[in-house]
Amino acid sequence: MKLITVAGPPSSGKTSVILKLIGAMNRAPGGIGVVKFDCLTSFDNLSYEEAGIPVQTGFSGKICPDHYFVSNIEDAVQWGVQSGFELLITESAGLCNRCSPYIKGILSVCVIDNLSGVNTPRKIGPMLKYADIVVVTKGDIVSQAEREVFAFNIRQVNSAGKVVFVNGITGQGAFILAKYLRQARDIQSLRDTRLRFTTPAAVCSYCTGEIKIGAPYQMGMMKKMEFKQV
Amino acid sequence: MTAQDFMTILDSKSLAEVLREYPLGRDFLANFRLNNLAQELTFSQALLEVEEEALAEFGLDRMGALKDFAEFLKQFTPQENLLAEVKSITIIGGWNKAKTPETISLTISAGEIISIVGPTGSGKSRLLNDIECLAQGDTLTGRTILVNGAELEDIQRFEMEGKLVAQLSQNMNFVMDLTVREFLEMHAKCRLTPNVNEVVAICFQCANQLAGEKFSENTLVTQLSGGQSRALMIADTAFMSDSPIILIDEIENAGINRRKAIALLAKREKIIFLSTHDPLLALSAHKRIIIKNGGIAKVIEISEAEKESLGIIENLDNTMQRLRTALRSGEVICMRDLRESSS
Ligand SMILES: Nc1nc2c(ncn2[C@@H]2O[C@H](COP(=O)(O)OP(=O)(O)OP(=O)(O)O)[C@@H](O)[C@H]2O)c(=O)[nH]1
Ligand SMILES: Nc1ncnc2c1ncn2[C@@H]1O[C@H](COP(=O)(O)OP(=O)(O)OP(=O)(O)O)[C@@H](O)[C@H]1O
Ligand SMILES: [Mg+2]
Ligand SMILES: [Mg+2]
Ligand SMILES: [Zn+2]
Ligand SMILES: [Zn+2]
Repeated sequence: MKLITVAGPPSSGKTSVILKLIGAMNRAPGGIGVVKFDCLTSFDNLSYEEAGIPVQTGFSGKICPDHYFVSNIEDAVQWGVQSGFELLITESAGLCNRCSPYIKGILSVCVIDNLSGVNTPRKIGPMLKYADIVVVTKGDIVSQAEREVFAFNIRQVNSAGKVVFVNGITGQGAFILAKYLRQARDIQSLRDTRLRFTTPAAVCSYCTGEIKIGAPYQMGMMKKMEFKQV
Repeated sequence: MTAQDFMTILDSKSLAEVLREYPLGRDFLANFRLNNLAQELTFSQALLEVEEEALAEFGLDRMGALKDFAEFLKQFTPQENLLAEVKSITIIGGWNKAKTPETISLTISAGEIISIVGPTGSGKSRLLNDIECLAQGDTLTGRTILVNGAELEDIQRFEMEGKLVAQLSQNMNFVMDLTVREFLEMHAKCRLTPNVNEVVAICFQCANQLAGEKFSENTLVTQLSGGQSRALMIADTAFMSDSPIILIDEIENAGINRRKAIALLAKREKIIFLSTHDPLLALSAHKRIIIKNGGIAKVIEISEAEKESLGIIENLDNTMQRLRTALRSGEVICMRDLRESSS
């Protein structure tokens, strides 16, 4: 089975792009499955089900969604293998820009949209920087110039990756991307594979339920801001 | 130059020297909050003073940062431009929705304008999509698109990274919070244009010639009217976009001089496809492709006779334009307004 991980900010067009990609791959029904990782709620399963695509959804709740992803990805792969999929696609909302756990050797796609502001690519961090492919959506509603500036800003942060424009509504651009994604590696398990970078250490007292503010209550991993005198 | 060459440069020259030669390198440093590195040192030496943790926040280590910087410099150093070499494209027919073969092979050269007409749902957008993804007999329609007479490998198609085709359509808007001047400068910078001021000035001037109402360099792009936006987009595409092919989907009624706009793009040696229902635009092209039931039914070369009718169509169009302006400014329409066109 092949595995592709798709990440990107909320509402950037991940589901739309995945649906168009699956359409363009032209495979027998049931050959491609999706696992959606989200925080609190998601209606994506409805979109996938409507398209006849087997889907599982997991909610991270109060855990960082990316830590949640890592702890569940191997089980997801096993689900995919047992279901007899040719291809498994994971969709995760990169809620903290610092995260999104890409795996070495597994094709990673980051979806961002043109409307999010030209400087956004410079702010997203590892989720964008470590992607093999950056898919840019919503190009149908901004000017050509802005698309070019946006792509430029993406290449500044991720010079090695490929930038692809896909229209999540019409599917324009999905065809050639689908062709490219066929090179994804075949796997049976992810055991002993590695993340491309460490997810943030987030074990402070607030992670574990502290709600009071002030130095006495702050424990564990801490990073303090520096305030200069004016 | 390879990324390896840039690694060597980074290791042998001071950061100050590197930045003098590749000013864009500042952006790389800014993206990773490395703006305050000691410039008299080489990049690697200067990095030693940065805490590992600060780099790790970006998912980087020192070696990784060096590699990335080299890759960055390579990416943004102008190279042989493949796109400038697109002299022609050829559409080789596939089949229509009824699977009847399209017996056609149409070669279009730089500077040519092709209009695409046909009822809604007939497959105009599909043809534009085939061109954009450089179909090689592998799309729904079985068409093949050649560039300079040659087929393309999948990897070449993918490597184009969407730079082959620029698009303009009625639905596009500006979303950036910049003035016209800042906007043009920003785009020029991304194109690695050496003479920024000159190009910006030409674009601005040209956009104003196309637009019905003039605008200043200090207007925010988001505040331009529909026509002004369209004019700016066209001028910008003509002078700043690298893409050799332009796909235009319906730009009618934008309140700009459409014929001039199209002629401007053609003069820049671009290949232009216009999907349109507008007689003025359809007849301003060199050829027109008629789409029926998903297939190319006919290609008509615009004849002298058709071109002659352009003058009259243009008058009609001007009349409509004048009526619109008159209505807008609260005037009362009278028969004389309509007759003026024929004189
Ligand atoms: N105009 C336009 N709209 C798009 C495009 N791609 C996606 N959209 C719209 O953007 C909205 C969000 O798209 P989704 O695919 O649900 O985004 P998502 O990233 O999966 O969102 P979450 O899973 O909720 O984080 C939908 O209304 C889509 O129709 C595009 O290329 N152009
Ligand atoms: N040769 C073909 N074989 C099979 N399907 C086709 C073919 N050509 C077009 N189609 C399909 O027909 C549908 C309508 O085509 P398209 O959207 O290109 O029409 P259009 O002319 O652009 O319409 P509009 O004027 O409404 O924009 C699409 O789903 C397209 O994929
Ligand atoms: Mg989604
Ligand atoms: Mg259409
Ligand atoms: Zn996180
Ligand atoms: Zn915490």
